[in-house]
Amino acid sequence: MTRRVVITGAGAVSPLGVGAEALIDRWIAGECGIADGEGRCDEFEPTDHMSRKEARRADRFTQLGVVAADEAIEHAGLDADGIDRDRIGCVIGTGIGGLTSLEQQVGVLNERGPDAVSPLSVPLMMGNAAAAAVAMRHSIHGQTFGIVSACAAGAHSIGAAKRMIEAGDADAVVCGGAEATLTPIAIAAFGSMAATSKEGISRPFDARRDGFVMGEGAGVLVLEDAETAESRGAEVLGELIGYAATSDAHHLTAPDPSGRAAARAVTLALEDAGIEPGEIDYVNAHGTSTPLNDRSETEALKLALPDDAGRLPVSSTKSAIGHLLGAAGAVEAIATLGALRQGVAPPTLGYGEPDEGLDLDYVPNESRPLDTASGNGGARRIAVSNSFGFGGHNAVLCISA
Amino acid sequence: MTTKAETGNVEKVIFEGLEEVGAEPNDISREAEFEALDVDSLDLVELAQIVEDEFGVRLEGDDLKGLTTVGQVIDLVVKKAE
Repeated sequence: MTRRVVITGAGAVSPLGVGAEALIDRWIAGECGIADGEGRCDEFEPTDHMSRKEARRADRFTQLGVVAADEAIEHAGLDADGIDRDRIGCVIGTGIGGLTSLEQQVGVLNERGPDAVSPLSVPLMMGNAAAAAVAMRHSIHGQTFGIVSACAAGAHSIGAAKRMIEAGDADAVVCGGAEATLTPIAIAAFGSMAATSKEGISRPFDARRDGFVMGEGAGVLVLEDAETAESRGAEVLGELIGYAATSDAHHLTAPDPSGRAAARAVTLALEDAGIEPGEIDYVNAHGTSTPLNDRSETEALKLALPDDAGRLPVSSTKSAIGHLLGAAGAVEAIATLGALRQGVAPPTLGYGEPDEGLDLDYVPNESRPLDTASGNGGARRIAVSNSFGFGGHNAVLCISA
Repeated sequence: MTTKAETGNVEKVIFEGLEEVGAEPNDISREAEFEALDVDSLDLVELAQIVEDEFGVRLEGDDLKGLTTVGQVIDLVVKKAE
């Protein structure tokens, strides 16, 4: 029998503040962490959480990942004596990696020549840096690696962690995503491909949406084999009951407008969870606020959930924090878990003008109670959280609490 | 333009460099061992870059091999500058 995978810890750093509670409570309250067209983690000061030496040996994306992981691990009590560190893994995804460091060192190279380039450059910018830093800090001796799949990296990492536990390769995995790309090159590059909002407003599913607002942050969960968690008396926050991933194989950046492969990821995640569409209570959308995503995602939900898409609350965390790229799926999984635990459907902020064909219930602007009248008996609430990445990557998590 | 390397100013630059790479300021002295300062091979490369910028003295990887204390590196820089 397949091992069940439960969630025993959660940590986040987001534009809504440091901590998973700040993320969920402030989103539910309808607060928006976006300012001046960016979702910056203004409250985050690395040396509040680590030594100056640790901070200078970590790119900002790693710093964010380490702090989110510290919170999740403390929450789970995973640093306690007697836990077999060989049986813990660590998978922290990112869209891009240490871009701040790369940009700085390219500047050094151009201005002062190759001899002046920092010997820390590679460990700062490598995409697995956050995973490596977390593993070193917490003496994690199982499998550790990063996953790089653009804006699906956070969800892919959580899914890979689930599989790792199911396969018996680990009893617990620290997993999630981290990103910090509010840098001149990334802002220019996303801008030049017209992916980001010229108006600097994140309003997913609204007719006036004109692109995503870039954010930064990190989200980390501790996933654990249910029996192991129970035997050590860990508090179970929820369960990762399903995961699936597919690929569009359609276009380098644009989603397949039919939503076919994305829909299949939803369907397969439900199969993995062993549930029917009628049992879902809430959908945490990828909902980027780009014209293409929000339309194809709406199509995908209708395809995958033909009898249920119309009744389901569907909201986008990105309306409150912007698009955290490789951290998005992980931060949003944590927001989803919080929504389920509090029994609240958090809102899609900034929603005002319905767009033709985008006719789902996007929970406009105000939270509302999350019913459990959806055929799962009411004993638990179930949500689907979507993540889609450039390259046509689709990763879907199914969470219950 | 680089500065002339004399024991006093080399010590000052190396002490500041060690602080820059994250060593605890109160622990830095001529007698301090790199291991105790938590200064590793990556930090030593940064320190060598700082020294070269300031004094024009190039420390290669082999130069630092076997040196365990801050004072040994200061003496080496002064000697190489002569």
